[in-house]
Amino acid sequence: MASTKTIQDPAATGAPGDEAANAPMSGAQMILKALVDLGVDTIFGYPGGAVLPIYDEIFKQDKIQHILVRHEQAAVHAAEGYARTTGKPGVVLVTSGPGATNAVTGLTDAMLDSIPIICITGQVARHLIGNDAFQEADTVGITRPCTKHNYLVKDTALVPDVIYEAFYVATNGRPGPVVIDMPKDVQIEKAPYARSGHREHRTYRPQVDGDEAALRKAAYALANGARPIIYSGGGIINAGPEASELLTEFARMTGMPVTSTLMGLGAFPASDHQFLGMLGMHGTWEANHAMHDCDVMLAIGARFDDRVTGQIDGFSPGSTKIQVDIDLSSINKNVAVDIPVIADAASALRRLIAIWKEEKLGDKQPPLVAWWDQIERWRMKDCLAYADSDEMIMPQKALERLQHYIDGKEAIIATEVGQHQMWAAQFLKFDKPNHWLTSGGLGTMGYGLPATIGAQIAFPDRLCIDVSGDASFQMNLQELGTISQYQLPVKIFIMNNEYMGMVRQWQDLSYDGRRSHSYSDSLPDFEKLAEAYGIKGMSVEDPAKLDDAIQEMINHDGPVLLDCRVAKIENCFPMVPAGAAHNEMLLAGDVIAKPKDDEALAVV
Amino acid sequence: MKETGPIAVHTISVIVDNEAGVLARVIGLFSGRGYNIESLTVSTVDTSHETSRITIVTSGTRMVIEQIKAQLDRLVPVHKVADLTIEGDFVSRDLALVKVAGVGEKRVEALRLAEAFRAQVVDASRDSFVFELTGAANKLDAFVDLMSELGLVEVARTGAVALSRGQSGL
Ligand SMILES: Cc1ncc(C[n+]2csc(CCOP(=O)(O)OP(=O)(O)O)c2C)c(N)n1
Ligand SMILES: [Mg+2]
Repeated sequence: MASTKTIQDPAATGAPGDEAANAPMSGAQMILKALVDLGVDTIFGYPGGAVLPIYDEIFKQDKIQHILVRHEQAAVHAAEGYARTTGKPGVVLVTSGPGATNAVTGLTDAMLDSIPIICITGQVARHLIGNDAFQEADTVGITRPCTKHNYLVKDTALVPDVIYEAFYVATNGRPGPVVIDMPKDVQIEKAPYARSGHREHRTYRPQVDGDEAALRKAAYALANGARPIIYSGGGIINAGPEASELLTEFARMTGMPVTSTLMGLGAFPASDHQFLGMLGMHGTWEANHAMHDCDVMLAIGARFDDRVTGQIDGFSPGSTKIQVDIDLSSINKNVAVDIPVIADAASALRRLIAIWKEEKLGDKQPPLVAWWDQIERWRMKDCLAYADSDEMIMPQKALERLQHYIDGKEAIIATEVGQHQMWAAQFLKFDKPNHWLTSGGLGTMGYGLPATIGAQIAFPDRLCIDVSGDASFQMNLQELGTISQYQLPVKIFIMNNEYMGMVRQWQDLSYDGRRSHSYSDSLPDFEKLAEAYGIKGMSVEDPAKLDDAIQEMINHDGPVLLDCRVAKIENCFPMVPAGAAHNEMLLAGDVIAKPKDDEALAVV
Repeated sequence: MKETGPIAVHTISVIVDNEAGVLARVIGLFSGRGYNIESLTVSTVDTSHETSRITIVTSGTRMVIEQIKAQLDRLVPVHKVADLTIEGDFVSRDLALVKVAGVGEKRVEALRLAEAFRAQVVDASRDSFVFELTGAANKLDAFVDLMSELGLVEVARTGAVALSRGQSGL
């Protein structure tokens, strides 16, 4: 990630023998110094016994703001929101035991969506480790599979090096969460603040630039395609805004259609005619059909997730597949790839553009007119069409109207998980990267509200909206307290259908409508709930009042919760049903067949 | 990935930073992602004790083996991953300690076979032996098999350690 390059490292260059620099510091002081020197301005955290020395140092300084969340899971999601919108790593501080275990969902979320996070966890004193001491948990053991890397710091003198290394690991190569477990006595013990001088890891050096021969082969394969497509993913966002610009440049110079994963939305402008919308399970008709029928595909920063491919045997059967990814293990994992390129997305795109120009590949390209004609025919299906109503607010309508009022405002949108998330991906238009926050890989209900907080902290003046669901909202609703405390002007737009709508949809489609425990019974009065936290609460049910309500929400100078009562039994389409291929998509109004077999039921 | 190709056994060498938790990381990777481990050995191999060499014998289809190597490679403390099985000839050795108890004919026969296999007697009592035997895994299997009829009590084995043949190293 580009951000690491902007980090200054005064400690490494500090004059040797500098008395002040070498005066012994406590581990906690070292943590704060290293974080400040690394350019950290915000920590999302929650205190407890095992991090009191660090909290004491936070109290004594004013270079880093600490945002007190109401649950450690939310601290990590907030840090993810901060990271995803700024491009800088998000920093989290939690206590030992329950503090650390509460953070695990957030860490796993960051792991699956490749979000750079530094999570400092308190740990019991070194001599107590392994004794089942009070609030002891084997944090490095528990977080090993859900972090990119983790550390237990046993030597106070190594604190600065570990923190610098953790930042390097979290932000280089495929980004991810890193846990630093800090025993309490290490936080208290004093040692000279010394850096070994190299901030990188001793041996970890991810490959950034792709193999030239593979890139040339890829460029030629793309130039030969009569039906090419670019399938871009979250890796483009991780590679920094320049990667998005390069993607746009490459797509425009080659005239190829672009589709994006859920995580990649905004990397290529949604308003561009070459954009086909999102692909995959709830992707557009044109994107999925184009993926199925293409003859060459450039997958870049995308990992052929099962939500994207549908049934593997039927996935884009006739195409030459090029995959650019920074992580070798993403290649040939789900789908066999013809031309793999291990590289950072920006670096690879820069080279592809250069090769395209050097070799005048544009002149060699067959005309794409027939391909675009076919795509236009797919577009004419108008796959996102829905039956509007005067009686109730259709969820799609609610998002269309929201899009109307946020247009041009550079709003940052987060979502929870469920139907509203998919509708948001379909109906909201992202023209720039870093404006879309969603839990893609893990699908974590409760992600959106704290992620919005993180974004709002990073961009206090930006319009930040959590598109929420009635069920998901309740998974981290305690964060209303955080919003209230810091008077964050976030907008909470609950698409309240009184159901775990996505679960209900699956039950209706695949389980003969047995709606087992998917009704949102005993919902609170969301308006009053917001008011109880000192937040403006609103609700709307009448479609005629929808526009006014949305405008009032957006224009209110402060936090707002809008309980938007939408149609209860609306399904999200298009949909690639269980066990089907991309060209077997269902649209609203189609007769829905139950999954063909148990195997199909099991994979979705 | 669902792949139906043939399943092959591969011996993989991994050079890792000699730091706490690195073995747990490797083993967790195998169990978490459902890969097989037929054997795994680990020891520091340089004088400064900075790196360890892990030898893993695993099995899978071609794509699974490729995934295993890619997943190992992206662990932060892993420096190098080499698939000895595809990178040319290699030698692989296993060490076994085999305890055999018995008297009379069987005892004599056990000792005779041990000599044929070039096993060392590392412990002896009037009615038992512990044999030490190194060799390729199938040689050890054959020896243990023979001993099972001659009073085999228990076996301890190290699992394979392996190096490529020829002058170059990892
Ligand atoms: C933490 C967690 N638990 C369970 C699920 C499974 N799940 C996926 S969507 C969903 C329902 C979400 O309901 P709601 O937030 O109301 O959104 P809707 O689908 O109605 O728009 C559930 C329970 C999940 N994704 N995350
Ligand atoms: Mg709902």
